[in-house]
Amino acid sequence: MNTPNPNERLRKLSLKERYAHLTRGLDWQPTYQDKKKIFPFTDYEGIKIHDWDAFEDPFRLTMDSYWKYQAEKERKLYAVIDSFAQNNGQMNISDARYINALKIFITAVSPLEYAAHRGFAHVGRHFEGVGPRIACQFQAIDELRHAQTQIHTISHFNKFFDGLHDPLHMYNRVWYLSVPKSFFEDAITAGPFEFLTAVSFSFEYVLTSLLFVPFMSGAAYNGDMATVTFGFSAQSDESRHMTLGLEIIKFMLQQDEGNVPIVQKWIDKWFWRGYRLLSIIAMMMDYMLPKKIMSWKEAWEMYFEQGGGALFNDLSRYGIRLPKYHEVAKAEKDHYSHQAWSTFYQYSHASAFHTWTPSEEEMTWFAEKYPASFNQLYRPRYDYWAKAEADGKRFYNNGLPQLCQVCQIPTFFTEPTDPTRISTRTKIYNGERFYFCSDGCHDIFEDEPEKYLQSWLPVHQILQGNCGGTTVPEVLDWYHLNQGADNFDYLGSPDEALWENWQSARKRVIAS
Amino acid sequence: MALEIKTNSVRQRQQTFSNVARRLGSDKPASRYEEATYDLQPDVNFHYRPTWDPAHEIFDKTRTSIIMADWYDLKDPRQFYYGTYTIQRSRMMEAVEKNFAFAEKRGLLSTYDPEWQAMVCFYLLPLRHLEWGANMNACNMVDQGYGAAITQSAMFATMDRLGIAQIISRIGLAMGGASTLDQAKDYWVSAPEWQPIRQLVEDSFVVEDWFEQFVAQFLSLDGLLYPLVYGHFDAIGLERGAGALSMVTEFMVDWQEEISKWADTVLKRAAAESDTNRTFLAQWYGEWTERVQTALLPLAEKVLGPTAKDILASLRESLDKRAMRLGIQIEAEIAA
Repeated sequence: MNTPNPNERLRKLSLKERYAHLTRGLDWQPTYQDKKKIFPFTDYEGIKIHDWDAFEDPFRLTMDSYWKYQAEKERKLYAVIDSFAQNNGQMNISDARYINALKIFITAVSPLEYAAHRGFAHVGRHFEGVGPRIACQFQAIDELRHAQTQIHTISHFNKFFDGLHDPLHMYNRVWYLSVPKSFFEDAITAGPFEFLTAVSFSFEYVLTSLLFVPFMSGAAYNGDMATVTFGFSAQSDESRHMTLGLEIIKFMLQQDEGNVPIVQKWIDKWFWRGYRLLSIIAMMMDYMLPKKIMSWKEAWEMYFEQGGGALFNDLSRYGIRLPKYHEVAKAEKDHYSHQAWSTFYQYSHASAFHTWTPSEEEMTWFAEKYPASFNQLYRPRYDYWAKAEADGKRFYNNGLPQLCQVCQIPTFFTEPTDPTRISTRTKIYNGERFYFCSDGCHDIFEDEPEKYLQSWLPVHQILQGNCGGTTVPEVLDWYHLNQGADNFDYLGSPDEALWENWQSARKRVIAS
Repeated sequence: MALEIKTNSVRQRQQTFSNVARRLGSDKPASRYEEATYDLQPDVNFHYRPTWDPAHEIFDKTRTSIIMADWYDLKDPRQFYYGTYTIQRSRMMEAVEKNFAFAEKRGLLSTYDPEWQAMVCFYLLPLRHLEWGANMNACNMVDQGYGAAITQSAMFATMDRLGIAQIISRIGLAMGGASTLDQAKDYWVSAPEWQPIRQLVEDSFVVEDWFEQFVAQFLSLDGLLYPLVYGHFDAIGLERGAGALSMVTEFMVDWQEEISKWADTVLKRAAAESDTNRTFLAQWYGEWTERVQTALLPLAEKVLGPTAKDILASLRESLDKRAMRLGIQIEAEIAA
């Protein structure tokens, strides 16, 4: 070979140079196969990329360090999970009501981690540039990590509590779980650039603080040391994912001016899709955490109105503005969690988690956090239901709700300008009328009607007889919902009985 | 004498998740591999067709001709989920780091027989591109594949191939800096000995059936290439004082042995499923192995000289035997 140049050999490469040689240099221009055939999906969304090498991977991660650091994190995490199980950590949580947040998490969030894993694998194979492709592959395997570590963490809780036992089966069937499922399938079925705008930017960058943080802080506040350890362990992965989201958006915007309106349209769509998905988190934060972190309203103000505001200010130099209908979200923040919880309360018989009417102490907290709405609109409702309950007439809604064609949430949200009127929008397409919960969802449909015609709407499916039968118990069997245990109110549930049993055993110990 | 610590015992109401219990036949303690793998991939009630592939569902069994009654039969004998995978690889990588440190401290990767160094630059370093191609193929299996059992193993293999490409790149950097890697890329792109191989790799990118791609990559190509390069080529290196090179490529030897256990288990199970599967596997194996053997010959001749043809033939013979043990018989295919 060429005599090695001793000077070059001695010079130590900078991290940036080393990374460039270990990644960028791997690619080559194919000549035996047409590049368009190898990468068939990079053009069809209309995004123009002139120089793939302009994408800077901010982390410069190579496999040697990835294996090393991730393995260290896994060793620590599993040590905590094992010790939590050995010491019956489930007995030290604040209250068994908290477990309902985990039920939401494993049925509605963990499957999304898996979906993200496959979605990023798709982009990780099909993006033309080496830099973004490798970044997507790292995220693909990270997301698999999150799905699996969440299952392993919650596996221990499943050994004691109801509603956690069949999350993957339920995700594909249960009515309210079509909300997260359709959200992610909408992203996966889009092209690679829209997928990244949806998941990496709108979801991971703009909205993660409102999804991931409430669950993990909720776990910390409520004594769930296993789940919070998962949270800490995933934090550095999440930071990487968020940074990828911002980098990829800037990359698209910088590459071609023509990309700006396309990206803006996706940001509008995915802000709204993500925001609607968060209604379940809003309810979890306000109602399911016995020890509360902050209200939904405060979280929205802090993370979106302030944090997101600064971000969009920063993006304005590319011609990007705040997402459409952000002002609707602002108007809804006084009502969001209360309307969601009220709905699930009415459908408690058909849900795989428990509901309850809030205690007087909680209602005082709500009144303080929601001075413009709670005492006026929602306290009377809970008082009424609590009284009905005390009279042995617990209210259940036995009708099947009208679902929004896009977000698939029952159309229970109210008009942004009038919280006493239900918001419904309709649209006739090909001679058929479609229903929406909001202008946001209506506009998304209008842009791609042929996509949303395909929605697997749980209520329609039940009525068409595709869900195990025509009666509620038959449908619940088909969901694998363990009736009398997974569903109905917390009061009187096996979860409550178990928890009270543990508590009284503890009191006996203290007394003796 | 054993000490016994008394602890609170709390009765468990369930041992594992219901989907796992159904697969195990009853509710009993399950392994972490089982809980992390079974039914993880959605299989019904998809909302929308992919805009990039409207002929299929998001996850669709018909993206391959292979038919399995249960795709979760294609389990990983290593029982890798993310945690066990990364921990295993970080151990292997620790050994690589030690070997690199040892070799680099003494300049062992750039001080042996210069003629053989040039040969190593020619035969080994372009493989970083081949590994990058393998990375794409494995990633495609994660994208197109069906069931979390095989797709998660493919995800791990995706990252493995990137890791191997990076180990080879580091060898190049230690041999002579960045210009060595540039030169190796030139070989990959234009040296005549490499062109049939590069063509084969580029052709493998556009294979439509992901299971065929799996056979082409992990059985036919790897099955001949790895023993040729890390076995036969390396053996000559040992005679020429390149022992340090064997140390820093030990990862690949160990990895190939390990990944073959996975590939073999999966292929054997898929072949056992039906005659149709066996026919497809045999056809793919036959076509791709023939192509690989032909494509590798010019490179093998350059390194091994006139014995190359026989060596490749004997590697082919062992690979055929391995395939036969898995239920993949090309004789039957030829006869048919």
